[in-house]
Amino acid sequence: MSYINKPKVAHPSLPTNKLGLTRRQYEGSMSTLCAGCGHDSVTASIIEACWGLDLKPEQLVKLSGIGCSSKTTAYFVAGAHGFNSVHGRMASIASGANAANRGLTYIGVSGDGDSLSIGVGQLVHAIRRNVNMLYLIENNGVYGLTKGQFSASADIGTKAKRGDVNVSPPIDPVLLALTLGATFVARSFSGDKAQLVPLIQAGMRHNGLALIDVLSPCVTFNDHEGSTKSYAFTREHYHAAIEADFVPPAEEIAVDYAAGETTRVGMHDGSSVLLRKLDPDYDPTDRSAAYRYIESKLRQNEYVTGLIHIDENDTTEFHKLNRTPDEPLNGIPFEKLSPGRAALDALMGKFR
Amino acid sequence: MPSLIANSDKVNDFVVKFANVNGTGSASANSLIMKAIFRMGVPVTGKNYFPSNIQGLPTWYEIRVTHNGYAARATQVDIMVAMNAETYSRDVRELGSGGHLIYDSTWPRSSLLQRSDINVIGVPLARLMNENFDGVRNRILLKNIAYAGVLAALIDVDLDVVNSLLGESYGRKPKLLDSNTRALRLGYDYVKQHLSCPLPLRVERSDKTRGHIMIDGNTAAGLGCVYAGATVGAWYPITPSTSLMDAFKGFCERYRVDPQSGRHSYAVLQAEDELAAVGMVIGASWNGARAFTPTSGPGISLMNEFVGLAYYAEVPCVIFDVQRVGPSTGMPTRTQQADIMLCAYASHGDTRHVLLFPANPEECFYMAVQAFDAAERLQTPVFVLSDLDIGMNDWMCPDLKWDDAYRPDRGKVLSQLELAGLEKFYRYVDRDDDAIPYRTLPGMSPKGAYFTRGSGHNQYGTYTEDSAEYQVVLDRLKRKFINAPKYLPRPVMIGKGTNEVGIVSLGSCDGAIREALDILGRQKITMDYLRVKAFPFNTDVENFLRSHATIFVVEQNRDAQLKSLLTLETAVEKSKLNSILSYSGLPISAQPIVDAIRAKLAEAPRLSAVPH
Repeated sequence: MSYINKPKVAHPSLPTNKLGLTRRQYEGSMSTLCAGCGHDSVTASIIEACWGLDLKPEQLVKLSGIGCSSKTTAYFVAGAHGFNSVHGRMASIASGANAANRGLTYIGVSGDGDSLSIGVGQLVHAIRRNVNMLYLIENNGVYGLTKGQFSASADIGTKAKRGDVNVSPPIDPVLLALTLGATFVARSFSGDKAQLVPLIQAGMRHNGLALIDVLSPCVTFNDHEGSTKSYAFTREHYHAAIEADFVPPAEEIAVDYAAGETTRVGMHDGSSVLLRKLDPDYDPTDRSAAYRYIESKLRQNEYVTGLIHIDENDTTEFHKLNRTPDEPLNGIPFEKLSPGRAALDALMGKFR
Repeated sequence: MPSLIANSDKVNDFVVKFANVNGTGSASANSLIMKAIFRMGVPVTGKNYFPSNIQGLPTWYEIRVTHNGYAARATQVDIMVAMNAETYSRDVRELGSGGHLIYDSTWPRSSLLQRSDINVIGVPLARLMNENFDGVRNRILLKNIAYAGVLAALIDVDLDVVNSLLGESYGRKPKLLDSNTRALRLGYDYVKQHLSCPLPLRVERSDKTRGHIMIDGNTAAGLGCVYAGATVGAWYPITPSTSLMDAFKGFCERYRVDPQSGRHSYAVLQAEDELAAVGMVIGASWNGARAFTPTSGPGISLMNEFVGLAYYAEVPCVIFDVQRVGPSTGMPTRTQQADIMLCAYASHGDTRHVLLFPANPEECFYMAVQAFDAAERLQTPVFVLSDLDIGMNDWMCPDLKWDDAYRPDRGKVLSQLELAGLEKFYRYVDRDDDAIPYRTLPGMSPKGAYFTRGSGHNQYGTYTEDSAEYQVVLDRLKRKFINAPKYLPRPVMIGKGTNEVGIVSLGSCDGAIREALDILGRQKITMDYLRVKAFPFNTDVENFLRSHATIFVVEQNRDAQLKSLLTLETAVEKSKLNSILSYSGLPISAQPIVDAIRAKLAEAPRLSAVPH
């Protein structure tokens, strides 16, 4: 961990967002992760994304399971409620919390051990349930807190720090999410803030579960020669297929892109995602094609990054399917929930 | 016809048992008869002994006609409606001497005649159905209604009452109503023409069911959740708790759908497993909704880790455990009270939990409401320990009542205004010296934000590995648990309280114990009876244990779990406690309790409970 405590007072010249808040006001407590940990870069991107969205800190709910990645929810947006739950079970806490109050923005931060091993069932069903949340996996292929065992995302042939070679096939969260019908699937790299920030913003505004797999190297246990999740290997093998820019509602699309190069995807809250295809054959709205493309690239050891799949026309978001009202369930007055004495008296006749 | 074997008249006091094949539609015929008797003003109880299977296995239904209103299972069967050839021999054996056997005489059953001490009544039901109706499935279904007609004639159930019940069931389906009415009549008329009716065992109109309903505990609990204002229910289907969520959903569809918009002021989440189900409940409760999950023993086993989190992070949640027979998968369709210890100390580390013990469906309704109040007041998991007997069987209960003045106790949740008045908010500080801290809900303001965690935390809500800081929180949790009884229902005491001998029990043992007390009373043996309704035990329990020299602890499990809990959590001397255990999977009945008490008291004749 780094030991430099930042001063509590922000410099008056720091830029503010529309709420008059500086980036510092979106920070959390000091990270206790190893210096150089990819997760800290992801935390920085989340802070940037929330600040840029002009999100009221209390409108955010941060959820996580157990592991290095799950600790990070304490390191951003101190003004938001956080819930560091049990290993692999963040998704169910998020599902229940979201059911109770649909009016807040939910971000779940998890890791490859938390989401692809012990919690894979909960991840799968959160996607199936299409809970309106951003589900971020900080993927480093290794268990850090227990000193470097392979996780379920470790590639075949990758080498552990102590020399073991992984022989089991990896579970790729992107392919998994695509097969399950996720309506927003992205991959990025902790070291690519320019790509990651708009993805986080778009994911938070997506009406349904947005999954972002972030390759986030572990400097202590998985950053060596022979590892396929090291900084060096990731930088060499990541391949941006599609870039996304996030444009908030009511903001004019100022950037001028060459015709045919850019696609605008409107989101339900009025914001837009501008997609720039770096590979002309790639269509992120075609799930099957996306799957084939990602899989073929993975076979060549290429991690395709960017907004891999988006479907803004989908209508399977949890609250929509369950026909809950626009107002949060936790805010409905008791008088409207309890049928009262007269109804009970009338009901008794059915039981005679 | 054969002359009846002499038996004393048993008006409004006998047991009819139906032996059927499951999946053949017998349940509706059996409940038709039960409901008709109930409507004639005569108390009844129904016990369903069914297999963990969808179709083709033996199933039994037992109706106890009981003018005394006893809720327990009777041990003797007076009339056996033997409709399952596979279980004939066993069913015939079970019939009490002088009892009546009703069977389908379409085919000869010579083995039925082996017992000379019973009355055999043959009715050619299959032949009657074949002669009057088409379709194999139709004939099978209607044969059930036909035996209901047979029974109605034999025990003098008012046919008009049965017909009006049929009308209520099939009112919108005239063809079905017609065939059912005809089938009922065919059975009824056959008996009237060929046999002398009614039997000495018969139903006579009374007025003992006024102000009462017939309801099962799961339905009542589901209704209680609606009345308590629960908005989120999460669950994974498991026998015998499934019908609780079915009921909640059904009542929500009736009461919680906005007629204009069609929007639902509730959400039912069918989870992928019980781990997720309780996780959802914790997430929703943490976020300010009243949320619950119904489950049974195997589900509780899976939920353990999360229960510990809710305990330590102090998140309210309501868990209904409709207990079934364990261990492991056990017998899913049989009843037991064997999850007491599991729930009391669920999860690793030092944990103790609040338990409520409903004794019947009526209490399931009220305790559902109390469970939410207690969970939110105490910020902790609350288990409602029902069982299959309460949850799935129809019990006669007083009408459920509601006070419109009731408002939920949402506990110490800071309002926006209260929060603004604080200099700083700390999640786990004991500001009121009652061991209960204040909480805030997400979405209020950055000032109220805190970080919920199952890892070591201090009273300010931040991570700690400091021994002293950790212990401050853990010690307060202990105080909170010790203080809990003031928010929980007190035990029920029956008797003068001055007897030397007492009974302590819980939950669905209640009916059998009350009946046993009546039997013992007629034998001039008197004792006090205390039924615990909640854990942790309050001082009433402690006092009762102290003031009785000999105590019988009646419960439905092998390992005397209530007795164990009493020994661990009160000052009682272990040697004073005598267990009476029933763990066959069938609901406990009165006679074994009477026998056990008499046997024990005979060993110690000095006790005042024994008549001199």
